[in-house]
Amino acid sequence: MCLAIPAKVLEVKGDKAQVDFGGGVLREVNTALVNAKVGNYVLVHAGYAIQILDEQEAQETLRLWNEILENEETNPR
Amino acid sequence: MTENTRYRDAALAKRVAERIRETAPKEGTVKICHVCGTHEWTITHYGLRSLLPASVEVIAGPGCPVCIVPASEIDEAVQLALKGVVLTCFGDLLRVPGSRKSLLDTKAEGADVRVVYSVSDAVKMAQEETNKEFTFLAIGFETTAPSTAVEILNSPPRNLSFLVSHRLIPPAMQLLVEMKDLNLNGFIAPGHVSTIIGLDPYEIFPKVYRMPTIVAGFEPLDVLFGIYMILKQLNEENPRLENEYTRAVHKEGNIKAQEMMRKAFNMTDGNWRGLGSIPASKLTLSKEYAHLDAHLKHGVKIEQGVDIQPGCRCHLVIIGKIKPTECPLFMKVCTPRKPVGACMVSSEGTCRIWSRA
Repeated sequence: MCLAIPAKVLEVKGDKAQVDFGGGVLREVNTALVNAKVGNYVLVHAGYAIQILDEQEAQETLRLWNEILENEETNPR
Repeated sequence: MTENTRYRDAALAKRVAERIRETAPKEGTVKICHVCGTHEWTITHYGLRSLLPASVEVIAGPGCPVCIVPASEIDEAVQLALKGVVLTCFGDLLRVPGSRKSLLDTKAEGADVRVVYSVSDAVKMAQEETNKEFTFLAIGFETTAPSTAVEILNSPPRNLSFLVSHRLIPPAMQLLVEMKDLNLNGFIAPGHVSTIIGLDPYEIFPKVYRMPTIVAGFEPLDVLFGIYMILKQLNEENPRLENEYTRAVHKEGNIKAQEMMRKAFNMTDGNWRGLGSIPASKLTLSKEYAHLDAHLKHGVKIEQGVDIQPGCRCHLVIIGKIKPTECPLFMKVCTPRKPVGACMVSSEGTCRIWSRA
């Protein structure tokens, strides 16, 4: 139920936006809960964008994971 | 960011699993609880439990909003549908057993019960068919409640009312941590609920109950890292709240959504199927929007229903006390086609997920 899927905002019209779920799957979603701009990635749950995804944080997560692992692997407890 | 393959990297997963094995206690066991059906799906679908050492157990808490809707609230919806109101709801709800029948049984008897993907579909239907009365059965946790709030605040059509059955997750987590015989050692907090409520509502778990608490995303690597972070905190004996899902969850959550929820709803005690009443865990319509309440508009109110059918052990599955396979009905009498208990109904119910594993 709490499933939410990332999608890219293509066009914003008031509280509605046309988004791309990838692979050419386009859909109109309600954006009343976020301040979405064209080019943003949003998390969509049951037809409503519930949050804007942070692309920089997404990269940072991957970098951090690798860093933690490298650090732990070279300094085992 | 719509391709998630980077978060499913097998080589990286192997390395995390190796760290988990290194960090896991050599004696005794660690019991980690998540409270989200989507986490259970990730764990089961990607076989993550097979990567964990025997000393680390991950159990599923009451994270399926369909499974915890009490029979009395299904009974109310059934009664409304039988009165001639068009009952709209998410598809998962259709087979959820009421005290005597489900919404699907009611539909088979000729009532107008319609599945919608979103509350906005219910609004559209009510706008197009002004000669009929519509009710939307609004279920779900904090992830879903804001969408209901949007439509409540947006002057919905006069022929649409709401049966609000939304529930809140942190009070249920508190109930779990206070069940001493569950012996929990850490929480994986639900990522998408957290996009709305932020981090603060979880602070009490490390502070008051000394429970490591990690807000995690839903890719296999998110969950594995969540488990690893909990084990590390336990080793360091320094329980705290950490956010693994920073790409979607901010400390303050979604303030716009929180404000809309505050306007549309009040918080009250609520009954959860299999768990009983939990203080301040249910949303109802606020005074200002009471005219949209289907209870008042159509004179329907059922206080008590039959939540657990004879033989069903959903109430133990839902708190992770037993595994679905330990229920005598599992896949014998109770199957996805003919569910006895609510945990077998929704695609996020623990029994339903295990039925496919």
